[in-house]
Amino acid sequence: MITVENLTKRYGPHPAVDDVSFQCEPGTVTGFLGPNGAGKSTTMRMICGLTAPTAGRATVSGRPYRDLPSPGREVGVLLDASAQHAGRTGREALTLSAYTMGLDKREVAAKLDLVGLNAVAAKRRVRAYSLGMRQRLGLAQALLGDPRVLILDEPANGLDPEGIFWMRGLLRDFADRGGTVLLSSHLLREVEAVADRLVVIGGGRIVAQGDKNDLLAGGGSLVRARDGAALRRALDAAGLSATDGTDGLLVQADAETVGQAAADAGVALAELRPAGSGGLEQLFLTLTAGESTREAVR
Amino acid sequence: MTTTTAPAAGAVAPRQHTAVRRPSLLRLTAVELRKLVDTRAGRWLLITIGLVTAAIVTLQLIYAKVADQTFLDFFGPSLLPVSVLLPVLGILSITSEWSQRTALTTYALVPRRERVIGAKLNAVVLTALASVLASLAVAAVGTLVASATGGAGTWQFDWSLLLNAAILQVASVLMGAAFGLLLLNPPLAIVGYLLLPTLWAVLGEMVRSLRGPSGWLDTNRTMEPLFSGDALTGGQWGRLAVSLLVWMVLPLAVGLVRTLRREVS
Repeated sequence: MITVENLTKRYGPHPAVDDVSFQCEPGTVTGFLGPNGAGKSTTMRMICGLTAPTAGRATVSGRPYRDLPSPGREVGVLLDASAQHAGRTGREALTLSAYTMGLDKREVAAKLDLVGLNAVAAKRRVRAYSLGMRQRLGLAQALLGDPRVLILDEPANGLDPEGIFWMRGLLRDFADRGGTVLLSSHLLREVEAVADRLVVIGGGRIVAQGDKNDLLAGGGSLVRARDGAALRRALDAAGLSATDGTDGLLVQADAETVGQAAADAGVALAELRPAGSGGLEQLFLTLTAGESTREAVR
Repeated sequence: MTTTTAPAAGAVAPRQHTAVRRPSLLRLTAVELRKLVDTRAGRWLLITIGLVTAAIVTLQLIYAKVADQTFLDFFGPSLLPVSVLLPVLGILSITSEWSQRTALTTYALVPRRERVIGAKLNAVVLTALASVLASLAVAAVGTLVASATGGAGTWQFDWSLLLNAAILQVASVLMGAAFGLLLLNPPLAIVGYLLLPTLWAVLGEMVRSLRGPSGWLDTNRTMEPLFSGDALTGGQWGRLAVSLLVWMVLPLAVGLVRTLRREVS
């Protein structure tokens, strides 16, 4: 269980995170989505007590992170896979964490095995690791204390497709057994397959959050006609707002309403379907497009 | 990969841990001691300290006058290179967490940062004390060899020498750690540590009006009596205390506040 209440972080006058509130329930995977620089990492660091918030508070399992007696046993954290001492071996990095938490040394071998780092890889220095291997090591570190909560910042970065598939399975399983997962990404597709809930952030503010299926359903319909201009006029006449999608017009209405509007205007349709995940992508793009351009010129 | 997911499933099942206690300071100190030796850089720093000590004794065995090949004469000079290198150990112990970005893991596991700092200071102080034992051992070997090869090989020893040596090395390593805490960046801290007190010493020599305060604040001068086997006088203790207050306690205090407040990313 993660509870975030009105978290705000200002650097000078610029708010990096602005009044962010959400909750991650046990048994669910929450996808934390937003373009780079939207405030995902800052929010996660504030949850983990690594950055002091300007205002608001966050708790993990009902307590502020800093008050957890041994945080690693309650919440597994992977905020940056590159944040490892280049001169230590993978095994040594985990051993230090295991010592700190007072865990049996066997846990180190078990978790290395779990994330697919074999004995040869474990003996190599992290300097020689690929980003994918560092992600696996970071995930092993997060899982080391058998926590009930996982907070992972862009864990799929650098993983190959097989690795991403494997990680989805692991996180899904973790949540299905009652665990809480907060997982960030700047790629919608990455979290779409595994998340139950989505929290979308842009420019430091939450722009949408809720059940993934609800947000998907809210994606509207995708409609295409050979005479695009006539279709647009028909939709306008019916009072339906339409935006240009990747392969047609995206309408914030269900397929039936759109079909009726087209029939009323006598426009022949080439395609009409619920926008589905394409709609969510569109939603994600529109919700964050303005924010990301602002980010780019800042 | 899919085949490994199935057996792995049980291993990641979240469970409620009963009565999880926070790691003791003893445990954290052991972790920090391990961090000092588990990288090539740290290990070689310690090995270098040992080698330089041994080299100095060897040089003395070859070149020093026969009468000067005593336990005391071996022990005293062996302290100097160690007192130069130990601060580097103190600095790296603190700053490598930031330069290597392991602070992210360290402080995620132990969010009470002052406990980590305490454990780090414990670890480097223990290392400094161990270095005194190493100096004793090297000096003893030197004395044995000297008596076998015609040197004086006298075993005369004074307890105040041991006390002085311990204070010297502990103060050296803590000054380094204090600069590390204050500046949080390895090259900056090492340069700062080497440069600032020396700059002060040079100023103290050059500027007449600074000569008085310099006697109280120049650690090169206030720590010099520690190399001798004589017990320090009240005045010498006073000067040592004042100089350490400025170059050790003050940066430690400011650095601790800085580390506690710093954003870890």
